[in-house]
Amino acid sequence: MNTVTYVFGIIAALIALAVVIESLRRHHLRERHAVWWLLAGLAALVVSVFPDTLGWAAALVGVTVPTNLVFFLSIAVLVLVSIQHSGELTELEAETRTLAETVALQDLRIKELEKAVADALQPRRNP
Amino acid sequence: MGVMPTALERTLIVMPAFNEEESVAAVVREVFATVPGASCLVVDDGSVDQTYREAESAGATVLRLPINLGVGGAMRAGFKYALEKGFANVVQVDSDGQHDPAGIAELVERLGDHDLVLGARFAGVGQYTVHGPRRWAMVVLSSILSRLTKTKLTDTTSGFRASGPRAVALFAQHYPSEYLGDTVESLVIAARAKLTVTQVAVAMRPRAGGTPSHNPYKAAVYLARAGMALFVALIRPPIALREPVVSL
Repeated sequence: MNTVTYVFGIIAALIALAVVIESLRRHHLRERHAVWWLLAGLAALVVSVFPDTLGWAAALVGVTVPTNLVFFLSIAVLVLVSIQHSGELTELEAETRTLAETVALQDLRIKELEKAVADALQPRRNP
Repeated sequence: MGVMPTALERTLIVMPAFNEEESVAAVVREVFATVPGASCLVVDDGSVDQTYREAESAGATVLRLPINLGVGGAMRAGFKYALEKGFANVVQVDSDGQHDPAGIAELVERLGDHDLVLGARFAGVGQYTVHGPRRWAMVVLSSILSRLTKTKLTDTTSGFRASGPRAVALFAQHYPSEYLGDTVESLVIAARAKLTVTQVAVAMRPRAGGTPSHNPYKAAVYLARAGMALFVALIRPPIALREPVVSL
């Protein structure tokens, strides 16, 4: 590995981290969604700065080609985050339904109240 | 014009409640008995039990959220209600009976010269204790937040707190809803908006439903989440306070 690839790895990891942190700062990302990206970004930064940690970790779990460990972990993070997003989406849909029902029921109550008020005022003008 | 209302009469006691049908009515009654002339708003945070009826039968006004928003979300709704109805101060009290309403009067009294008053559990009154990593998390949080708010705070995760008019106006817009954000990040937001913060020692009763967890795994998770909440609070840009018009 030459210096250019070394620096390229570090810069890529830093950009990923910067995007996550800036999104957090601007309230574009909630903490519980950001946490996986933060961890992945930090791991990428550690591996790019100290490439030996990757070889060590690969040997530890018995992966012959260290790059395969990177692919495996990246895909694992992506799959887990997608599952989390699907779960959140399901929850949001359920909440939207509840809100729509509440609004519809309130609308009905308001209409009934308006009618009751109108009826109560009516007889004086129109016996 | 009648007599000018006292600080306590201009205070709204907000109690976020999620499935607290067993304790909420007793807490509301105790609040009314301890703080005469108090106004009490229970924010029913999407409960599936009878919290709503229980709170109403005890005489509280109930704001019923159709979905669960968490303590932070429920409190922001409470702050908005207070602002709309013209209350000057808001005191947050847990609906599980953990907070002793006897402390409310002192919290409100200190609002005379501070914007935010925390009821601190470890300041010598009562016998509430926490050990191990959870305790360390609280100590670290306290020391960082003490520096930020320029006052000595010993219990920054306390939910027993009083907000003055400036804090109510700020929190009605910007009260965090993330777990631990409602206590930790709200302090950072307040300090950055140049609100003054102080604490008062209060007695805290052990929760009706058991003791705080001492599981080391849970404590470590708590530590990590507290650290995350603080980190996020600190990197976010400060929010300036738009000076509210205080109506008496």
